[in-house]
Amino acid sequence: MRMVVEPTPPSITAMSDVAQVLSTFADDLVAVGRRHDREAFCRVFEYFGPRIKTYLRKLGLDDDGAEDLTQDVMVTIWRRAGQYDPEKAAASTWVYAIARNKRIDLFRRTRTADADLTDPSLEPPSPTTGFEAVATEQMETKVREAIEQLPESQSELLRVFYFEDKTHVTIAEETGLPLGTVKSRLRLAMNKLRALVGNELA
Amino acid sequence: MMKDNSVEDLLMAHAAGRLAPPVDFVVAMHLAMTNGPNVWHAAAYGAAGGAMLADLEPTPMMRSSIDAVFRKIESEPEEVEVPVTREFGNSELPEPLRKRIGLPLDDLPWREFSGVAEYDLGSEDDGYRTRLIRLRAGCGVPKHTHSGQEVTLVLRGVFWDGDERYRQGDLAFADSDVDHRPMADKDGDCICLAVTDAPIRLSGRFTRLLNPILRL
Repeated sequence: MRMVVEPTPPSITAMSDVAQVLSTFADDLVAVGRRHDREAFCRVFEYFGPRIKTYLRKLGLDDDGAEDLTQDVMVTIWRRAGQYDPEKAAASTWVYAIARNKRIDLFRRTRTADADLTDPSLEPPSPTTGFEAVATEQMETKVREAIEQLPESQSELLRVFYFEDKTHVTIAEETGLPLGTVKSRLRLAMNKLRALVGNELA
Repeated sequence: MMKDNSVEDLLMAHAAGRLAPPVDFVVAMHLAMTNGPNVWHAAAYGAAGGAMLADLEPTPMMRSSIDAVFRKIESEPEEVEVPVTREFGNSELPEPLRKRIGLPLDDLPWREFSGVAEYDLGSEDDGYRTRLIRLRAGCGVPKHTHSGQEVTLVLRGVFWDGDERYRQGDLAFADSDVDHRPMADKDGDCICLAVTDAPIRLSGRFTRLLNPILRL
């Protein structure tokens, strides 16, 4: 069945709009998990596919490689949607966790001598990390707000830290900042994120 | 032995996907086994990844991409599922770790010397070494001679490092600069999963493989 993909909706800037849009993807993932709903899956693909591709490009993959791996992420999303629990995980954190795992897998494959990068049976995939099992939508909203409120000097570094395969030393060289400054700004950002969560498992 | 900042750094690096696979695995197992604050910290760091991913500028996909995805779904073999759950029923270990080890802990062919036993789980090409360590009750590890960093997850029992107590599910990070001598509690054996970045005996042109656990 040939699906027509509509162009991506205009970019959303208001915080509450973002949260609202993203919460619809939780319903879509549930629909994919329960009844293999292709339209719901297409909506998830339309929004997250291009952003996962950006993520993979930032990590250094070329256009074809990023396209290919994004498709693999989407396949995994389809296959694992049955495990998605909207009570426990925000949709974008859950999607991010899968993309993150693909990154680790990629790293694992390229480190093995003579690895056939196209052989899916070479290694079992990384286990899901588990953080997405407790990173609720509520937490993600709080975290998004906290990141919005960070000084740009910290939020920019946070983005590079997550999305680019660069050591602290390289980041320091590229930004012209002292290494200590890079580390302390990341630590400040980390502390603010950590401060958002309680220490007890509710 | 354990610097609080180092474990937090490890958790955030894990959430950001920056850890080498053998280290990433141990941290993931820790998060599955512990009920402590680290779970929540990791969740916050993971949520940051989710929030930032959702806010990335999109890169256009090929128009045929969605069809390619459905073709892959239909034609490619189902990957081996190793979901991590936080309840492992009758097992003392999370499923991916159980599979990796392959045998119940008590059935492993431990190589023991003076109360300290080891079972090797393999070394990666880049020099990370993963192994299981069993300390008999009250026994300690001789002073380390390796010069790298080590991440340790307690699978069973308790060990002490000075006044610091590590029990089942706890994660410890050690820098070999600090002199430490972990000792199993006198009340029972202690079994740990440990990954070290073993010293690399390679010449200069392979220095990009020198990847300390916390890449600096």
